[in-house]
Amino acid sequence: MIAHAIFFYTFSIIAVVSAIMVTASKNTVHSVFFLILDFISISCLFIMIGAEFLGMIMLIVYVGAVAVLFLFVVMMLNVAQQKNQWFAGQQSSKHIPVGLIISMLIFVEVIIVIGGWKYKPEIFDINNSIAQTSISNTHSLGQILYTDYIHVFQISGMILLVAMVGAIVLTFRQRSGVKRQSYIKQISRERAEGVEVLEVQSNKGVKIDD
Amino acid sequence: MIDIGLGHYLTLGAVIFSIGVIGIFLNRKNIIVILMSIELILLAVNINLVAFSIYLGDLAGQVFTLFILTVAAAEAAIGLAIIVVYFRNSGTIRVEEIDKLKG
Repeated sequence: MIAHAIFFYTFSIIAVVSAIMVTASKNTVHSVFFLILDFISISCLFIMIGAEFLGMIMLIVYVGAVAVLFLFVVMMLNVAQQKNQWFAGQQSSKHIPVGLIISMLIFVEVIIVIGGWKYKPEIFDINNSIAQTSISNTHSLGQILYTDYIHVFQISGMILLVAMVGAIVLTFRQRSGVKRQSYIKQISRERAEGVEVLEVQSNKGVKIDD
Repeated sequence: MIDIGLGHYLTLGAVIFSIGVIGIFLNRKNIIVILMSIELILLAVNINLVAFSIYLGDLAGQVFTLFILTVAAAEAAIGLAIIVVYFRNSGTIRVEEIDKLKG
């Protein structure tokens, strides 16, 4: 139990500090790295409380795909020079109290909701019934994911497909002045247009015009 | 304090959610950081779902976390594509300069 507490506090402190650094860091690349650190520590928390599959998926999807995507875009757009400053200028300083008040309101509301669970203490007594079963988390998740939730699963696949097509369509552009291979032109080339037989007079060259 | 329960995980989710909201409001320079703050908010929602799923013994929460992961990945891809196209067209992605719809 003490080990659980130690691991929980370690990972959650790392997660909260890196979440603050994501928003406060001056350099956007550093923000992306802190985002990666945040995802890693949260996935460690998931693995610790018994959701191993989601923890691993979190590492693969977020750290492996989303964060690298962010990093690519940050480096491609060259925004590392545009410093990210909280308190720069008159324009931004009037947003600061609004943002702080709204986020503190949301925080207090959520904490009140969590405190409401205190009045229903039997919720907390149902302790970890998934971990006590003999089959693993991944096994039981697969058993319901491919049976009860199969339609939602396929729809999420469609969402990913639409996102992929949309991203390609959005960022695709036809460039002018790029030399491309045309396979059909190469294959359908005939002898008549490729070769020309010339009568060469002696002591005179052949003028080739392309 | 030592006995870690559902409330601890929910509090962690609330803290990360609020930090994400603060990031959206206070960041006035760079729109990519706003997208990252949205990712933080989705992460907080995932923490809540997984904690409830574990402590109530119902796997539906973890299944829905999986779908939230899917939608978050799709949203990040589309959002970043839009940002790239906008940067190509207008040459800036600073938040205070994106005011074409302002009229």
